[in-house]
Amino acid sequence: MKPFTYERAETPAQAAIAASKPGAKFLAGGTNLLDLMKLQIETPTHLIDIGRIGFDKIQPTSDGGLRIGALVRNTDLAADERVRKDYAILSRALLAGASGQLRNKATTSGNLLQRTRCPYFYDTNQPCNKRAPGSGCAAIAGFSRQLAVIGCSDACIATHPSDMAVAMMVLDAVIETVKPDGSMRQIPITGFYRLPGNTPHLETTLEKNELITSVLLPAPVGGVHVYHKVRDRASYAFALVSVGAILFKDGSGKIAVGGVAPKPWRNPSAEELIRSGAKEFTSKLMEGARPTSENAFKLILVERAIDGILKEDRS
Amino acid sequence: MENENELGSITRREMLAGSAIAVAALAITKVTGSQVAAVAPAVTPVASAGVSFSVNGKAINLEMDTRTTLLDALREHMHLSGTKKGCDHGQCGACTVLVNGRRINSCLSLALQHQDDLITTIEGIGTPENLHPMQSAFIRHDGFQCGYCTPGQICSAVAVLEEIKAGVPSHVSADLKGPMVFSNAEFRERMSGNICRCGAYSNIAQAAAEVAVAKG
Repeated sequence: MKPFTYERAETPAQAAIAASKPGAKFLAGGTNLLDLMKLQIETPTHLIDIGRIGFDKIQPTSDGGLRIGALVRNTDLAADERVRKDYAILSRALLAGASGQLRNKATTSGNLLQRTRCPYFYDTNQPCNKRAPGSGCAAIAGFSRQLAVIGCSDACIATHPSDMAVAMMVLDAVIETVKPDGSMRQIPITGFYRLPGNTPHLETTLEKNELITSVLLPAPVGGVHVYHKVRDRASYAFALVSVGAILFKDGSGKIAVGGVAPKPWRNPSAEELIRSGAKEFTSKLMEGARPTSENAFKLILVERAIDGILKEDRS
Repeated sequence: MENENELGSITRREMLAGSAIAVAALAITKVTGSQVAAVAPAVTPVASAGVSFSVNGKAINLEMDTRTTLLDALREHMHLSGTKKGCDHGQCGACTVLVNGRRINSCLSLALQHQDDLITTIEGIGTPENLHPMQSAFIRHDGFQCGYCTPGQICSAVAVLEEIKAGVPSHVSADLKGPMVFSNAEFRERMSGNICRCGAYSNIAQAAAEVAVAKG
């Protein structure tokens, strides 16, 4: 780990001011950031520990939804009674991710911002446009079985690893932030993640040192909530493919897919085809996919996972 | 034979420490023996900071390199070597400790993040004279072979029973809203962050099941 100075922020204002220091980075749970710092993939020179500035509650909003504090731990979010009852897809997605130890430490905002698990991003001996912009991508001609099939580019085929974010995409979550100048804004999750293009190191639309304060969930929409994760072992593994779905009695639904793209993959205009079955819906959802020879199986896997979910729901 | 007897009287830890010194001595010899002129490496200033927390009921104040993980603070600064360093990347669970009653990977946490926290390590779970029921059950059911992952397994298993009691759901819970009940499947899912390369999983699960039944 490279040396850094450390500051324990007591208030959001203190954190915002500290963020203007050169090389500063926010530290929340740290389960992803510290791992990357040990490998010198992240090299902040000043860490602002925001673990004690609040934002750790889940509160009802005036329109019947929930405001989830950015620092609510994954375990607490998954176990919250309101989330279990009205947003089961979110509980299910969280519980499908990581381990009990990690969920106790990892935060809501940190989960949204976690970096890819592409093995070439982690191997500092390899070129990687995300880690070292302009150095190239070793993954495209490398072992790409785990990697993206859609939304990727000639510069990067990394996937976004989060399960939670897939559920947030289905739930139309809105991310609330504060900038270092104190101004606040709301970013719908559909506008939160960037596709890599030629700049895979830019992953979100957050500005420099903009701090996530909470995530808003709209009022519950009802329906049957499902999160189905397909992976190489039964627990504690990243998804090959995951499907988050909310299905309604009239045959309509909302579906996002994880493990296939640089962000949770959803196309609301494809959702009109859910009634027509998995084949029609999936071919529209995955339109424009550009898999490698090693990961083309993911397209079949997505369709079969969705087919299974739809058939089970209708039986 | 005399040497063997001597070796028999020293602990594995002393043996390892002695070997490390021998290796270090060799390395020094090699460097001084070379013809390469010594070049002072570029030194980046190391920042230090203080933190206070409680470990196994004892108040601790530490001043240390900001980079020190909770795991390294426990092992290297407090010499509580029960907590093990396996992968150092949160993948194996050997470093599991309880912080304010909740299990975490101590390798993925800076010690500085734990101001005022109550930390419990395997040394605080039980002692050889007064074993925790989970420790006794591990012994009865042979829940280990080499023992390296065992402190993490035991800390994790103790926390899992509390999580089930508190109603925290898991990936395999059929009903998210109902009360949580201990089962082999629940235990195995919840323990997936603790790897045992000897493969003592079945015995670990039996040990935990016995404790879960005894606790009701």
